[in-house]
Amino acid sequence: MSNNFTPWERVEISRSSERPTSLDYITAIFDRYMSLHGDRLFGDDKAIVGGLASIAGRPVTVIGQQKGRSTKENIKRNFGMPSPEGYRKSLRLMKQAEKFHRPIILFVDTPGAFCGIEAEEGGVGEAIAKNLFEMSNIKVPILSIMIGEGGSGGALAMAVGNEVWSLENSTYSILSPEGFAAILWKDGNRASEAAKVMKITAQDLKELGIIEQIIEEPEPACLDNIMDISEKMRTMICGFLNKYDQKTQEEIVDERYDRFRKF
Amino acid sequence: MPLKEMFKKRTLTPQEKKQAERVRKAKDTLLEFQVPDGLFQKCTHCGKTVYNEDIIENYYVCPYCGSYFRVRPRTRIAMVLDKNTFQEWDEKMETSDPLKFPGYKKKLERQQAVTNLDEAVITGKGKICGKDVVIAVMGADFMMGSMGEVVGEKITRAVEKATKLRLPVIIFTCSGGARMQEGIISLMQMAKTSAALKKHDEAGLLYITVLTDPTTGGVTASFAMLGDVILAEPGALIGFAGPRVIEQTIGQKLPEGFQSAEFLLEHGFADKIVERKNLRKVLATVIRSCEYE
Repeated sequence: MSNNFTPWERVEISRSSERPTSLDYITAIFDRYMSLHGDRLFGDDKAIVGGLASIAGRPVTVIGQQKGRSTKENIKRNFGMPSPEGYRKSLRLMKQAEKFHRPIILFVDTPGAFCGIEAEEGGVGEAIAKNLFEMSNIKVPILSIMIGEGGSGGALAMAVGNEVWSLENSTYSILSPEGFAAILWKDGNRASEAAKVMKITAQDLKELGIIEQIIEEPEPACLDNIMDISEKMRTMICGFLNKYDQKTQEEIVDERYDRFRKF
Repeated sequence: MPLKEMFKKRTLTPQEKKQAERVRKAKDTLLEFQVPDGLFQKCTHCGKTVYNEDIIENYYVCPYCGSYFRVRPRTRIAMVLDKNTFQEWDEKMETSDPLKFPGYKKKLERQQAVTNLDEAVITGKGKICGKDVVIAVMGADFMMGSMGEVVGEKITRAVEKATKLRLPVIIFTCSGGARMQEGIISLMQMAKTSAALKKHDEAGLLYITVLTDPTTGGVTASFAMLGDVILAEPGALIGFAGPRVIEQTIGQKLPEGFQSAEFLLEHGFADKIVERKNLRKVLATVIRSCEYE
């Protein structure tokens, strides 16, 4: 590892407004990107972006959870907290990718699914469940990359991949450390302690077998160094695509099943 | 009844005899699994004092206000399955305690002693009106029915076995969500169980969920919402985010009936609300209607 941040420092870095968002990575990594919109059922969630892209001349589908950088943009993006229609849009795009044999690249960056009245009315639980259910059987390779916060079921709904990677300073957890401390110790202020015991850093997750690869950040990722990190990610993604080119559809589905079956 | 008559010996009227017989029958099947302490209980909803016998006879529903008492897993199995057909699977599995969370193993042992359960779910095979089914029943009194490694594994194994045996699966959900003490590994159970159900689905087999109070968090966002037919018990709390979390987030009180079974039905996320006394019959009807081989 290139630096020695504490788990709580990494939590703060993962949430920083300096941190590049899904669209920043999508623009930097892929040769071209065309966004597609809507879940065909209810609306178009701005907290999830996605569409057609190409990398090294081959078409892929990319989808990402999108945070804003300014307050105004964050309100539009709902602070990266997807609504049911966002998950349904992502599933629609994944099904489309499957139909046209395009591999799927997902960028995960969310504090969690939106918890508001509308989200419950729209069945956010059902939307996440349906993603988990359908993604387990998609016939094309799926790669999920944790680029910031990986908050709970809202993150998992875009992380049922053949492989899951994480940037060095990203986190992936069952609940925010604040929430975890509030539930188990009845004290939300013990968040930094919670971050330590929860095993939420990339290094911990790799040891637990939750992720396959860590993408190093010599300095915490930001817009100044995004080109270096993206270049590395681009090479790694091409490697992933080449590796999965050798596999049959059946192998792709079975391997993904076994990946989650072992937990 | 005047006091002096209470101690008088007398023969029972035919109605009273019938009533006594009904109570005896209900007690026979149910009481051995869930004996509330003492003679009376207070209904948490209406506050009235209710005879335990009346509660049992009424399928653990308050005879005064109709609110539902939570039912323990073995009682539920006795209510729903044909007598003596239940065969339990995968008892006594142990968690690997992935976070090595301080005090967690101790807490589990205490819970096991208090509840007489190994974990928050019981799985196995049995019959409903003569039809073979695989069944999983969660219980709120074991760590709030939370899903960790063992709960996820037992459900996954049950579903996989059902796929192999070509049997329907019925899951009674009752859970506060993912088990915090097992961290990210608990989260993975959502993907694991959902994937197993997808295989079961692809095999053309029936999956029924019965949502009971409470069903929230990671269980709602995985197998609870994946049934071909989704049934719910009246008044059950069912949602993804807990009501307190939502109230804190939006800074206002939630409307009456928010996240109830009726709310779910209204918004199109449940097929039917079924009273407890009719549940067995409804399950049997659904199972029969889905047979085609």
